[in-house]
Amino acid sequence: MKYDIVVIGGGPAGLSAAVQARVRNKSVLVVSSPSADLPLARAERIDNYLGLPGLSGREMMEQFEKHAQMLGVERRTGRVLNAMPMDGGFFVAVDSDVVEGGALVLATGVGQGPALPGELEHLGAGVSYCATCDGMLYRDKDVVVVGKSTHAPEEANYLHGLGCRVTYVSAKPPEGLDPSIPTVQAKRLAILGEGKVTGLEADGRVLPCVGVFLLRSAVAPTQLLPGLELEGPYIRVDRNMATSIPGVFAAGDCTGLPLQVSKAVGEGLVAGLRCAEYLDRNSHS
Amino acid sequence: MAPYHFNLDGLKKAVSSGNLTMVDFWASWCGPCRMVAPTIEKLADQYEGRAIVGKVNTDEEPALAQSLGIMNIPTVIFFKDGKEIDRKVGVMPPEAYQAVLDANL
Repeated sequence: MKYDIVVIGGGPAGLSAAVQARVRNKSVLVVSSPSADLPLARAERIDNYLGLPGLSGREMMEQFEKHAQMLGVERRTGRVLNAMPMDGGFFVAVDSDVVEGGALVLATGVGQGPALPGELEHLGAGVSYCATCDGMLYRDKDVVVVGKSTHAPEEANYLHGLGCRVTYVSAKPPEGLDPSIPTVQAKRLAILGEGKVTGLEADGRVLPCVGVFLLRSAVAPTQLLPGLELEGPYIRVDRNMATSIPGVFAAGDCTGLPLQVSKAVGEGLVAGLRCAEYLDRNSHS
Repeated sequence: MAPYHFNLDGLKKAVSSGNLTMVDFWASWCGPCRMVAPTIEKLADQYEGRAIVGKVNTDEEPALAQSLGIMNIPTVIFFKDGKEIDRKVGVMPPEAYQAVLDANL
């Protein structure tokens, strides 16, 4: 399925971009984790959104989602694993599926956190972000699932079902995990190994394994789209919210401070409009 | 032409021929793999007669994937003179694969 614009992230920035692009009559798909996973939905009360003080994060999200839906923004719940420029547009891998967009808006937030020590060194050598993709390669082997999203227990169950020997590591006790999977609660994590993963250090305790599945609610933007330039930990953008890759725009927390709803909505507007203009320009040339 | 679909024997033959060979390890349930597929097909056309371009379904050939130490898919491995010369893990733009092929023609 091909859309004019694929928006990655369903928070205020992503939905704002989607709404603006719909106003310009572009077809828009928003891919995001379930609403309940979005940071705004967990905010108890927001008092600095102009004209609408005192709403809870959930109420605000509901309004934003209703607005987007009313304008015909399509939604899909899932995790975007990769995006790649292709023939003047982009391929976007959503779990086991692929969607196409003429342009992209990244509104991925900052939920991913920094990379773990040892993570980037072991990409392709035991670190995986996708249980569905790589699970089979770890059959009958010791793996650790680092659960940082509400979907993670389900994916750990899937790995367990394939025959991987799973240990589940998370900061809080997981919900929905197969009771036969051992769990470890830990906060300070590091991936161990030289050349290949040999274990995960969890609050000082070493869990031997050959694979570590890092299951966050979103994949970090630089993993998503190789070549994307950063400025510190944030995506580098110009006044038009254009990133270093033509046809890719970014908005909201992923572009930097302040991490506020109004800023996200404003940037989403700019990104949505400029993205629509980018498409118009390129279809005429 | 379309990329070859290798099993263990097929891949052995291609590699032992000594020719420049590029092999994409993939599976049908893997979204990123499906994203790479059109690139592999294009390269198979583009390098016809100069390099062998093929694919291995890791679901059908788990032992083969394991013997090559593949831990993520997609992984693309390049062979020449019977040996592995490079591998690219994860989704890459077409130029990344092309650069390896061109450097080893």
